[in-house]
Amino acid sequence: MASVVFENVTKTFGSFTAVAGVDLSIGDGEFVCLLGPSGCGKTTSLRMIAGLETPTSGKIFIGDQDVTGLHPKDRQISMVFQDYALYPHMNLADNIAYPLKVRGESVEKRHGRAREVADVLKIGTLLNRLPSQISGGQQQRTSLARALVYPSRVYLFDEPLSNLDAKLRLEARGFLNHLQRDMGMTAVYVTHDQAEAMALATRIAVMDQGRIVQYAPPIEIYRRPATTFVANFVGNPPMNLVPVEAAHGDGQLLLSADGLALGGLPMSSGVATALQASKALTLGIRPEHLTVAAPGAANAISGKLFANENMGPESLVTIERADGSRVTARIFTDDHIELGADVTLGFSLEHVHLFDSTGARIPADGEMPL
Amino acid sequence: MSGGAFLSRIGFSVLAALLGVLFALPLIWFIFAPFNARAEMGLALPDPWTLSNFATVFQNSFAVRALFNSLIQSVGGVILIGAAATLAAYALSRSTIPGKSAVTYVLLLFSSVVSGSAAMVPIFLIISAMGLIDTQLAVILVFAGGLLPTAMFILRDFIDGIPKSYEESAMVAGASPLQAFFDVALPVIRPGIVVIVVWAFVNIWGSFLIPFILLRSSEQMPASVAIYSFYSEAGTPIVTLLAAYALIYSLPVVLLYLFVSWRFGFRFFGGIKA
Ligand SMILES: Nc1ncnc2c1ncn2[C@@H]1O[C@H](COP(=O)(O)OP(=O)(O)O)[C@@H](O)[C@H]1O
Ligand SMILES: [Mg+2]
Repeated sequence: MASVVFENVTKTFGSFTAVAGVDLSIGDGEFVCLLGPSGCGKTTSLRMIAGLETPTSGKIFIGDQDVTGLHPKDRQISMVFQDYALYPHMNLADNIAYPLKVRGESVEKRHGRAREVADVLKIGTLLNRLPSQISGGQQQRTSLARALVYPSRVYLFDEPLSNLDAKLRLEARGFLNHLQRDMGMTAVYVTHDQAEAMALATRIAVMDQGRIVQYAPPIEIYRRPATTFVANFVGNPPMNLVPVEAAHGDGQLLLSADGLALGGLPMSSGVATALQASKALTLGIRPEHLTVAAPGAANAISGKLFANENMGPESLVTIERADGSRVTARIFTDDHIELGADVTLGFSLEHVHLFDSTGARIPADGEMPL
Repeated sequence: MSGGAFLSRIGFSVLAALLGVLFALPLIWFIFAPFNARAEMGLALPDPWTLSNFATVFQNSFAVRALFNSLIQSVGGVILIGAAATLAAYALSRSTIPGKSAVTYVLLLFSSVVSGSAAMVPIFLIISAMGLIDTQLAVILVFAGGLLPTAMFILRDFIDGIPKSYEESAMVAGASPLQAFFDVALPVIRPGIVVIVVWAFVNIWGSFLIPFILLRSSEQMPASVAIYSFYSEAGTPIVTLLAAYALIYSLPVVLLYLFVSWRFGFRFFGGIKA
């Protein structure tokens, strides 16, 4: 296992910048997820670690070795591709053992090793099949087996679960989590699914338009999103963001917006600084921190019921505010509410996130600035 | 179904049947005549069925030699075209050279000129300047020049449809680009190569004009040209021999199609099943 370091890495395709000056340091034994919307440069970043793309500028290190211009075959890495890339003309045994074949291992030795790995992944009985003769979940495990069959410094995953149905995806996710804890592998895992990133990562690098906007452990990303972008990307459903007008009042912060009632927030130094630039702030509140409150309650936001989705243990209650924007709450009751009825959703002040007019988080007092 | 529609359906069926018969007649002749010692241009059931026509063909050393020449020229051309088209198409598909599509299109445009009859004089001049007139190599080279661009074009399209992740995963796993090509890419491309090979073989095997112009001596002639030797001194065709020879001549192509269809299975679209 080894660490991976990006040093001011940029990758352009023609005039388009896919990765823009990324600095990233992945520790030995870390499982880092690159999380972001489609097209933000996750795959390109991963392919640069693999050597399948060469950075336009900047350097990449694996361990202490500068691998920037090194051919993929010389990097001692493994990669699981989104489309699995199983060789259609080889049976599973040969597919899994292929990395050992190019390393010059004997047939018995490599098939023996392939069988070991296949047994762990519960595809040991399928070794004589062709990839076209097994299910999608089995194909996924075969490509994982091929990545695990040889010692590797870094394991790279490009949305390996995105072609599986929901149930298989959960199962495979659990297995990867187990594997990571068991092997302590260094892994870089690309996904656009925040739940996957939260479940697997030791640290998440949230990417937007070729840049890393936040790099922190999952719980940190969840509790203290660095920007409105991160806040809106992480969480299921993501954080509600409400534009508010801010004002001073007796050392307290007064926030106003249509249908929003908010008691005194402390006027932190961070807020004071932000207000010098603009009075337009964004208030963020996670759906799971909202509850149905009495009309006119303090610290609440109100609107008309737009949708009420019962998910079993919880319901997603969405209200539409006067300006047409929507706020969703995750509520652990199944009270029936009429469509269009007035609903007030309450929250407690400790769960309020504030972002300045540029979308950057305003740290609360005592909170480490980001 | 109304009466009018019924009648028009009958009319259509009759017309189709007539057309079918019209096209079948030469084929039936083609199958019967070789086995008929008294075959003529007219259609007749052989009586008795005999192989004497074939015996005469095989006693004719020039005719046998010509079949062998056809084989040399076709197989030689196919190997050259297959190998060169595979490598070129692979490079054109996978490399990131700017303007690579333009290269293929320009080649394609010129290829129709190169093997077309309009270019016969310049081709003749070039080949004679190279001192290759009356050699099998000349025929092979001219066909390679004429067929390669189309072969490259078809194959490139085929390879474009194959995910790059096959070779990429091989290289990440430790394979050199050459290993990735031979272990992973080539087997996946093979059905496309088979299409090219069959198509090139049929083209060369059946061609008349190019070998006719480039070859002089009877020892070099392919079967397509040799067929013209089955004429009597008076200039009338010796139908019995012609029929037997034509059947032998067409067999390799038929067998090739059967083999490919059995081994790979033709599909109408996209050539051949993987
Ligand atoms: N080979 C390429 N040529 C041109 N543009 C590319 C190439 N690869 C990726 N891109 C562009 O770079 C951007 C980032 O791509 P990618 O890293 O695949 O995004 P992600 O994996 O986050 O969805 C996309 O807009 C994509 O269109
Ligand atoms: Mg991607």
